[in-house]
Amino acid sequence: MFRNNYDNDSVTFSPQGRIFQVEYAQEAVKQGSVVVGIVSKTHAVLAALKRNAEELSSYQKKIIPIDSHYGVALAGLASDARVLSNFMKQQSLASRLTYDRPILLSEITHRIGDRAQTNTQHYGKRPYGVGLLIAGVDAKGPHLFEFQPSGVTQEMVACGIGARSQMARTYLERNLEQFEGASREELVKHALKALKESLSQDKELTVDNTSVGVGGVKEDFRLYEGQEISGWLETTFENTNTAPEPEAGEGMEVDS
Amino acid sequence: MNHLPQAWGRPRDDIYGAYNHSHLAPGQPTTHTKSPIVTGTSVIALKFRDGVVIAADNLASYGSLARFTDVKRLRKFNDKAVLGFGGDVSDMQYLDRHLNALAVRENYSSGSGAGEKASSTSAEASEEERAESLDNEGAGTGMAANNLHKYLQKLLYRRRSDFNPLWNHILIAGLSTPDPKVPDATPQPFLKSVDLLGTAFGAPSLATGFGAHLAQPILRRVVPDEEAVKKIDEKTAVEAVRECMKVLWYRDARSLDRYSLAIVTGEGVRLSEDERVEGQSWEFAEGIRGYGTQVV
Repeated sequence: MFRNNYDNDSVTFSPQGRIFQVEYAQEAVKQGSVVVGIVSKTHAVLAALKRNAEELSSYQKKIIPIDSHYGVALAGLASDARVLSNFMKQQSLASRLTYDRPILLSEITHRIGDRAQTNTQHYGKRPYGVGLLIAGVDAKGPHLFEFQPSGVTQEMVACGIGARSQMARTYLERNLEQFEGASREELVKHALKALKESLSQDKELTVDNTSVGVGGVKEDFRLYEGQEISGWLETTFENTNTAPEPEAGEGMEVDS
Repeated sequence: MNHLPQAWGRPRDDIYGAYNHSHLAPGQPTTHTKSPIVTGTSVIALKFRDGVVIAADNLASYGSLARFTDVKRLRKFNDKAVLGFGGDVSDMQYLDRHLNALAVRENYSSGSGAGEKASSTSAEASEEERAESLDNEGAGTGMAANNLHKYLQKLLYRRRSDFNPLWNHILIAGLSTPDPKVPDATPQPFLKSVDLLGTAFGAPSLATGFGAHLAQPILRRVVPDEEAVKKIDEKTAVEAVRECMKVLWYRDARSLDRYSLAIVTGEGVRLSEDERVEGQSWEFAEGIRGYGTQVV
């Protein structure tokens, strides 16, 4: 039987020059549900599809506001994202406390990038199994950064990561030209449309399974969930079935 | 004093017997500076409509001895901030080196190259357009006076908490970053102080050392409050500061008639390090009674 001898730790190269542990970590990102991010000249938007483990459970958080000027969306191991987001919160607070200024998005992205990279270079450690989209506005304007478990970080105009995210990226590539000059509402719509592209046939975007994060120039980063996004969902997918919603409403009826 | 610096400040062997070196044995508590040695006197500063003016003389005293007469106590940090140091000169030099390192770090992390915004159009943008956009990217970044003040406050407070204070009283003058929430906000004149304990506060006019007694009342007549700041121009502010430098030269025995003066506005920093106290008149001195050996 063939057995891979080069994936026991993240410090050993395979003869082909690959580090399997890092590749497995990147695979974990692909297992996570899809998240999308877009920036315009004035705004940065994150949109995410939330998953629930079972019908009766709550949905797993996908967008985490870090500081008042930015937030992250995650795909992959939520527990690793928790470690990274706690680190980011602490670093962001330290910047405000010692320098009286919000941390630059490029700076915080580099810091988690460095942290993730060291995990790929120490025996007995493992890479983070999570990919992040970091979006918000700093002194240099709106930004979107992508973070990968390997420690690679990139600034993006638009990006999608997670399960079936190729479909979302295709949508983003097709509409790339419209993003830079887009308004706040248009940008949210594009993000939701891109998100919908990567949904499987039997799935829908609903107020329960969708998260939106918006940050802008002169506007704090804020997370929108539940009924707050019903308006966006309705206007974005006007002609599609609004039928399931009243049905869901009936199902939620309780004794009065 | 002999040629051995180790023996300075200790009882002389020929008078008191050999020095008991057990006082210096390892295991003794760590000791730190308990007083400043070479010191600079007042720093004064005043806000006006579009900026701040700050001045300090070029003297470093060794006790009451006017030991060094060309020590520059104003330091430009960048185009938005100037620092004025009162107190220990060696601690000032330490902070100077520390701030140089900080400035280098800042230029690497917030320079226009790092974090340059990815753009779908950047590929076909001309070289000039790109240079322009880089300039815009750089605007509003880098440390403004308020960032520097907060950093120094934390640094000095940390040092005093280690029982190893940096013996300075520093004025930070410049421009602050505009509030991002306010539409079309512009950088505002900024003036705050921080001392060796990390105590920090701001005012339309500030003075350290003897200047707090001699210059501050004069400056307050010019700008009693923030409202008055908006009404006075650069010329008035500079005149007031020069007048104060003259008063300090007249009445502060640790001062000098040569001083540095810096003006920070939106256009940048103008720092001059060879100013002179002009138009002196010592006639008033004859009327002064009550000092030294004079009785009536």
